[in-house]
Amino acid sequence: MSTWFKRIKQGIQTATHEKKEAPDGVWHKCPECRTTATVKELEQHLYVCHKCGYHNRINSKEYFNIIFDEGSETLLFENIRPVDKLGFEDVKPYSKRIIDAQKATGLGDAMTVAAGKIEGQDLVVACMNFNFIGGSMGSVVGEKISRGIDYAIEHKMPFMIISKSGGARMMESAFSLMQMAKTSAKLTRLDKARLPYISFMTDPTTGGVTASYAMLGDINIAEPKALIGFAGPRVIKETIKRDLPDGFQRSEFLLEHGFLDFIVERKDLKARLSTTINWFMKATA
Amino acid sequence: MQFLDFEKPLEELFHQMDKLKEVHAKNDKVDVSNAIKELEDSIEITRAKVYEHLTPWQRVQLSRHPERPYTLFYISRLFNNFVEIFGDRQVKDDKAMVGGMAEIDGIPVMVLGQQKGTNTKSRQMRNFGMANPEGYRKALRMMKLAEKFNRPIITLIDTPGAYPGLEAEERGQGEAIARNLFEMTNLKVPVICIIIGEGASGGALGIGIGDKVAMLENTWYTVISPESCSSILWHNWENKEKAAEQLKLTSTDMKGFGLVDDVIPEPLGGAHAKPDEMATILKQYILGALKELTPINADKRINQRIDKFSKMGFYEDQVAHS
Repeated sequence: MSTWFKRIKQGIQTATHEKKEAPDGVWHKCPECRTTATVKELEQHLYVCHKCGYHNRINSKEYFNIIFDEGSETLLFENIRPVDKLGFEDVKPYSKRIIDAQKATGLGDAMTVAAGKIEGQDLVVACMNFNFIGGSMGSVVGEKISRGIDYAIEHKMPFMIISKSGGARMMESAFSLMQMAKTSAKLTRLDKARLPYISFMTDPTTGGVTASYAMLGDINIAEPKALIGFAGPRVIKETIKRDLPDGFQRSEFLLEHGFLDFIVERKDLKARLSTTINWFMKATA
Repeated sequence: MQFLDFEKPLEELFHQMDKLKEVHAKNDKVDVSNAIKELEDSIEITRAKVYEHLTPWQRVQLSRHPERPYTLFYISRLFNNFVEIFGDRQVKDDKAMVGGMAEIDGIPVMVLGQQKGTNTKSRQMRNFGMANPEGYRKALRMMKLAEKFNRPIITLIDTPGAYPGLEAEERGQGEAIARNLFEMTNLKVPVICIIIGEGASGGALGIGIGDKVAMLENTWYTVISPESCSSILWHNWENKEKAAEQLKLTSTDMKGFGLVDDVIPEPLGGAHAKPDEMATILKQYILGALKELTPINADKRINQRIDKFSKMGFYEDQVAHS
């Protein structure tokens, strides 16, 4: 037997922290069609697979880059930070989860708010970060939405929320539940001020987020194939004890059932938003 | 009577009581009145002991007690001239959500809430108190009707959650609840919401935006049931008691956090032990709340409602806003 295939050096191992995972590395494999692309290519395609159109999950930083005119946005309310008021501890204390998530993401919490320009028009955007504890909705998410609404009213600007969340943050218990009430209540003030509210749902938008601000837009829009629903698919499957149909709770399903106004691909997002905002805000004689 | 695991000492006493009465029924010459009196006393003493220090999980159990009074019981005891109304005018009538026009002490009001069943058949018919989207839309229709005729609204909350079904998703469970949160905020009439049993998450909140939100003493209200919380965070069902503690879901906790306005005391032994007494206490609370809320100007009441919910949450604001 040829010695070619013989491992001469024993025990070659790479420590976990040295292993590179896409998209941090050079290559990215599409989770849908397994096509590979360089990370740079992926970035140029706005994190959408050039072959199958799969929209990879991105966070506020990337969405702000896509939506806002370059350098026009200002981050707002960055001082608002989560606190473990209940002393909640499951397999890990919530206080530690917060610190770990902040270290891993460089973010304060699962919500980032910015005001800026989109093709020269004003817009306030509150964008969820799925990488921060599953984009879960806690007090900070609610407070930042609340202040974002106040800011939009004060400056007479349109308001948009980009949802990307597994739902309520259990570690904040009833406080997280009440963020549904808080955000919905505040949206009535925006409504009375006759300022537009655009709800943009991305993969995934579930639980208490769906059952509050995500479904309350003057227009509700979504990215293609995003999971959008109240109950999670696993829970529904366990409840009804049968398989769920293909495409169940995806954007296209919601559009078909009348809960979305339109689905927009990432590459068209800025233009579609700009046209829509113009319709809402254009001064007429 | 049915007894929960921690009520075992009571079960024994009630058992003795039954036996005594049996003896008396067979032979009424045997005088058992003294024995009965003694037993009654020790039942009250034992009850006080059993109920003195309830754990959060025991309160969850009490909130689900099979003999606990449900919405229609309270409607029958507290209100007169109840006219039940049905349907959401779109899809169907949701039997998990009931309500209608009624009077309380001569005041016309709209009363509604989730309804659980009392036996296997009616539990299924009521879908265990889990409403579908049409239930929330039925509730909203009743509330808008009340608003049109300037009638205060009373909601009685008792649900293990909004129904997580396939059709529920097709018909927009999330949208239905969200719409209620938004519309209830804007109602021009007084809204009083009372958790009478289980207050599980969005399914409870969907009829829970009020000027007064109160909890009966032995109820719970939070974002998830202790069982589901245990299953998600600990990956098993064994930590439900721990989850109940961690979630701080009792009426006392919720009042302490300022997330509900009031706690309504239950008779010793819980609402199911003395349902009529419970009904009287609840009626007094509702009448008091109506008296307080009705004179307030509608716009002011709405603003107070928005401000109340807007204040809910905890966070740190590291640098004071200029």
